[in-house]
Amino acid sequence: MIIKREEIEKLATLSRISIDEKTITDVSERLSSVLNLVDQLQTANTDSVQSISRPFQVSQRLRADEITESNQRDAFQVIAPATDNGLFTVPKMID
Amino acid sequence: MNWETVIGLEVHVQLATKTKIFSAASTSFGAEPNTQACAIDLAMPGTLPVLNEQAVHYAVMFGLAIDAEIGQVSVFERKNYFYPDLPKGYQTTQLEKPIVGRGAVGIQLADGSTKSIRIHHAHLEEDAGKSVHEGDLPLGSSGVDLNRAGTPLIEIVSEPDMRSIEEAVAFAKKLHSIVTSIGICDGEMSQGSMRFDVNVSVRPMGSTELGTRTETKNLNSFKFMEEAIEKEVERQIDVIEDGGTIRQETRLYNGDTKVAKAMRSKEEANDYRYFPCPDLLPVIVSDDTIEALRRALPELPDARQARFVTQYALSLYDAGVLSSDASIASFFETVANSCGNPKLAANWAMGELSAALNNAGLGFADSPVSAEQLAEMIARIVDSSISGKMAKQVFEAMWQGEGNVDDIIDAKGLKQVSDSGALEKIVTDVLEANPAMVEDFVSSDENKRKKKLGGFMGQIMKVSKGQANPQQVNQILLQKLNELL
Repeated sequence: MIIKREEIEKLATLSRISIDEKTITDVSERLSSVLNLVDQLQTANTDSVQSISRPFQVSQRLRADEITESNQRDAFQVIAPATDNGLFTVPKMID
Repeated sequence: MNWETVIGLEVHVQLATKTKIFSAASTSFGAEPNTQACAIDLAMPGTLPVLNEQAVHYAVMFGLAIDAEIGQVSVFERKNYFYPDLPKGYQTTQLEKPIVGRGAVGIQLADGSTKSIRIHHAHLEEDAGKSVHEGDLPLGSSGVDLNRAGTPLIEIVSEPDMRSIEEAVAFAKKLHSIVTSIGICDGEMSQGSMRFDVNVSVRPMGSTELGTRTETKNLNSFKFMEEAIEKEVERQIDVIEDGGTIRQETRLYNGDTKVAKAMRSKEEANDYRYFPCPDLLPVIVSDDTIEALRRALPELPDARQARFVTQYALSLYDAGVLSSDASIASFFETVANSCGNPKLAANWAMGELSAALNNAGLGFADSPVSAEQLAEMIARIVDSSISGKMAKQVFEAMWQGEGNVDDIIDAKGLKQVSDSGALEKIVTDVLEANPAMVEDFVSSDENKRKKKLGGFMGQIMKVSKGQANPQQVNQILLQKLNELL
């Protein structure tokens, strides 16, 4: 699979990164080779294989339902870009 | 053309845990903004989720209550989308392997018929925070309160098995009844503890193909749900009958303004890029845990209804109303057992008390008249100290906090006269004072006499200032009049 120049440009915009003209071809080739690898993986027959989300036989540890966290709003809001009356503030959202 | 409505529901139920699903911050309602949002809830770099055991157990309990398959290995996934009230940039939820599989919920309809609504699955997930658009905010900004972020939810997804608004509302109420009865949710709709997304489509009656559906999101009361479905069904029928087609879209309904509008169309729907959450291992629920939870499962609404019918000789309908909610059921049982008259207990709980609580916007758990007080008052009706009419005055006084039953009866002079000597004298006096009425009664046909008794009763009650025991007066009156025939 080959990734087109326009697709790289769109991805760059969405990712908020700038890719200069000279490197676009290089990025396109390298991303295409990743996708080729995926294509190759997809040729493997997995009909008889059960899907797993983890390669190991381990399970999630659970926590007792007890409150151990305290109010640290001030500490968190000192490092927030913008707050107002205890709320984090963001540019106005419109539904 | 006749149209058939097809409805499916997705119901978000807030689990009644003390802490969040992935952090040990409190979930209590109504705290100052962001005072219950810890580093994990805020998605601070380097934090990791640790799953709350109680949330897992509550989800399994729901599965057991609806006789569903329990996902003994369930997996959390990330649902990626961007919104300011979701600090991680994804919601941790379940998709491929939910904790609760297929099950069913039985509903009862007004005509007495029953129907089974299939549950597709139910999964565990975290709630998002709350966006604030109104109030004293800097110009051009919205506020974000992350106290609710990470509150544990189960999302219950039904099959499109409902065919009317009545069925949808009955299903929603039954779910409310189940989750409050087994104690996994506080059921406080006004605080968002249960929220409904309704999928609605219409099709020509008799058709077996499903029409295009729309989803109306986030309805937080049974009434709003009813209104939203009604409006959406009308809208879809209008569109189709005018030659148009229904677009698959997400809609919003504002219960205050009664306005519904399209939010976004599914064609431009987000790609959520689900994938298994690398921060959480598969959740394993052992057979032992499932069995222990099954044994500890509290009485379910259907079983409670059946028990009320046999134990208290209530009608199926009364038993249904009183068993629907754990707090109503326990209130009724306390009253019935301590006053010894379940029928009167049922009448008062469903009548006077329900009406007063509704007016005041209170639940049975916060009733100003306690179950013990109501039982004492009913006991006074049973032993003929007061009449049913007087009881209403006593109830009103108890509601206003004027003290206990006997003090109120004394203070208001409501004691019913049941002394037969005194009653006989009153009856005799009234008969002597009204010779014309007596004459009229004696000369009337037998079948008309019964009606004429009311006139005498009115007079007697007036003379006794409403304190005569009506049953006894009736007896004495009949006896005296029969002697004159």
